[in-house]
Amino acid sequence: MSALLKVRDLHVDIPLAAGVLHAVRGVDFSVDRGQTLSLVGESGCGKSLSVLAVMNLLPKKATWHANTIAFDGQELDGVSEWQMANIRGSKMAMIFQEPMTALNPCYTIGNQLEEALLRHQPVSRNKARDRAVYLLEKVGITAADSRLKQYPHQLSGGLRQRVMIAMGLMCGPPLIIADEPTTALDVTIQAQILALLASLQKEFDMGMILITHDLGVVARMADSVAVMYCGQVVETGRAIELFENPLHPYTQGLLRCIPVPGKTKPGEHLGSIPGIVPTPIGEQTGCVFQNRCSYVTDDCTSAKIGLARISAGRAYRCLLRPKVSQKNMSESQAI
Amino acid sequence: MTTALLQTEDITKVYQVSAGLFKGKLPLTAANGVSIQVNRGEVVGLVGESGCGKSTIAKIILGLEKATSGQIYFDGQPMTNIDRKERARRIQPIFQDPYSSLNPRKSIGSIISLPYRVHQIGNKSEMRTRMTEIMDTVGLPPRFMSSYPNQLSGGQRQRVAIARALIMKPDLVICDEPTSALDVSVQSQILNLLLDLRKNRGLTYLIITHDLSVVEHIASRVAVMYLGRIVEEAATDKLLKNPRHPYTRALLTSVLTPEPRLGLPETHLGIAYPNPIDPPPGCTFHPRCPEADDRCKKARPQPIDENDHMVACYFA
Repeated sequence: MSALLKVRDLHVDIPLAAGVLHAVRGVDFSVDRGQTLSLVGESGCGKSLSVLAVMNLLPKKATWHANTIAFDGQELDGVSEWQMANIRGSKMAMIFQEPMTALNPCYTIGNQLEEALLRHQPVSRNKARDRAVYLLEKVGITAADSRLKQYPHQLSGGLRQRVMIAMGLMCGPPLIIADEPTTALDVTIQAQILALLASLQKEFDMGMILITHDLGVVARMADSVAVMYCGQVVETGRAIELFENPLHPYTQGLLRCIPVPGKTKPGEHLGSIPGIVPTPIGEQTGCVFQNRCSYVTDDCTSAKIGLARISAGRAYRCLLRPKVSQKNMSESQAI
Repeated sequence: MTTALLQTEDITKVYQVSAGLFKGKLPLTAANGVSIQVNRGEVVGLVGESGCGKSTIAKIILGLEKATSGQIYFDGQPMTNIDRKERARRIQPIFQDPYSSLNPRKSIGSIISLPYRVHQIGNKSEMRTRMTEIMDTVGLPPRFMSSYPNQLSGGQRQRVAIARALIMKPDLVICDEPTSALDVSVQSQILNLLLDLRKNRGLTYLIITHDLSVVEHIASRVAVMYLGRIVEEAATDKLLKNPRHPYTRALLTSVLTPEPRLGLPETHLGIAYPNPIDPPPGCTFHPRCPEADDRCKKARPQPIDENDHMVACYFA
C-alpha cells in the first residue's frame, strides 16, 4: 500500500537581503493512514515550514521545490491554487498552535465550523450545523448547541483548542496536521487534548503529522519520528527504537537535556548541547551539527553527509557508525 | 524561624475586573490567603496552572503590586519597614520571556549595569569590573557588551536577564517561568547555570513554574497552587513520592517524560478550569476532582500540617 502522504527531497528557500535562507534542505517523510508521524526539533529547524509547503500555505516570499509531494497518489507539485484550495480542509486539515489567533474573533464558533464544511461539500446549513454539534460533542464540549452561538473570546484556551480540532475534522479529512497543538495549553489540559487527538485519529482512521518541540509529547503520541535540525532530518525511526536507542549525537544530546523525575538526579547538571544553531543563510558544507557535536572529526566538516539507512524506516545522518554511537551513549549515561 | 529569608502571611489580592460595558466591576480574588516561607539558601518551587495566581504572588513580593491584605516579612523585618530601593537591591526578578523583558533599544552593557547606576554605588571603573565579572559568571563573552538584544539568541538573552538580576548581589531571586520560553537544549543550559549560581553564591530562589519536572530537578521545597490557594506544600522528594492532594497527583501524571512505552496518561480531571470571578463553593477543586463528595461541595477543607507536609483536602 502506498503512503497517504509522501514527501521526497523538499526544499524551502526564503530570499533575504543577507542571502538565501535555506529553511528546509532536502527533507523526506511519509505518513500512512492511522499512523502518527512526529516532526520534532527546536525553533527554526524548518518543521513548520515543511508542512506549510505541503499545504501550499508558505509565506509569499518563500519558494519551495521537491522531488515528490504525493498525497493519496496525487502529485501536488504543480496543482493550481484552486485545486489546492479544494484539497485543503477536505483532504488534509491543519490544527494550528494558537487557537486565539487562528479563530476569527468576529464570527461565532458555529459560523466558522459550518463554513469549513460548506466550502467543500454541497450540503445545507442545517446539515453542517448538525455535523458541528456532533463534532463538538465528540471533542468533549458540553452544551454544544449553545456554544455554536458563542464567539472565540468567550471560550477558555482548552475549549478553543477543542474547537480547532473539531474544525479540522469537519470534512473528515484522511490527513490531519497538528502544529504544536498543545504548546499554548496548561499541563493537565495538554494530556487531555492529546488523548482526545489520539482517540479521534483511531476512530476516523486518519493519518496525523504532529509537529512539536516537546520530546515528551512525541514519545507518548508518535508511531514514527523524524528529528529535524537546521532544515534537515537528522534521524528518523519508530518512536520506541528512536527513544531507546538514539543514534545521532543531536538526538542523544536532546534526550539528555530533559529532566525526568526519578531518572535524572535532582540538583545535578543536566546534559546540554553547547553552542547555538548555525545561521541557516547560505550553503552549509558538511554536517549541520558539526559546531556543536562532541564527536566531530575532519570528515564531518568536508564530506556531504547523507541519511544512512540501517533498517526499514530507520535512518540517521551521521558519519559515526551505530556501534560507536551506542557505546558513547552508554558511556555518557554512566557519567 | 530565624532562617526564614522571606515569609508571607495570608496574602490576599483582589483585582476589580470589568464585567462588561455599562456593568459594575467584579472582584477577582487572584491570591487568597497565601502563606509561604523561603529559607536562606533554599529553592522553593511554586507550581500551578495559568490563572492560579502564582505570578501575582511574585509581583507582590517584588513590590510591583500591593497586596489587598496580608503581611510580608523579609529577613525578619516587615516589608513595609524596608526602603523601596533596598528592597529592589535585595530581591530581583528573572522573567519568563527574554524577548520582551529586555529593552531592544539599550545595549547589553547598559541593560546589565542599569541596577548599578540606579543605586549609585561605586565609580565607573568599579562598575566595569563588576560587569565583566558578572558576564563571565553567567557565560556571556565580554564582546556582547555593546551588542543589542536582537543580536542575541534566546538563551543568551536569558543569561543577560540573569546577569542583570545578579549584579547587585541580591539575597532572593524570583524566577517567573525562567525556562519555558526557551528551546530544550537551551533550557538545560539555563537550569545548569541557575544550579551553579546557587552553589557558588549561596543564592535563594523562588521559582514559579508550571513544569513539575523542572521543579523536581531544582527545588528543595514545592508549593502547589490552585485558584489562588496553596493546596499542598512539602519538601520536593516527599511531595513527589507521596502526593496527597488529587490536584498534585493530576499534575504529576500529566508530566510527559520521553518514555514511549508509557503512552498517554489518564488524569481523570473534568475539562473546565473554573472561572476565578465565580469560584465554586467549598473546595475550589471539587468540580474537577475524581474523588469529590458532598463534603467538598459545602465547606473548604482546612490545611492540615503533618510532619512538615501541608495539604488541604478531606481525603489526604
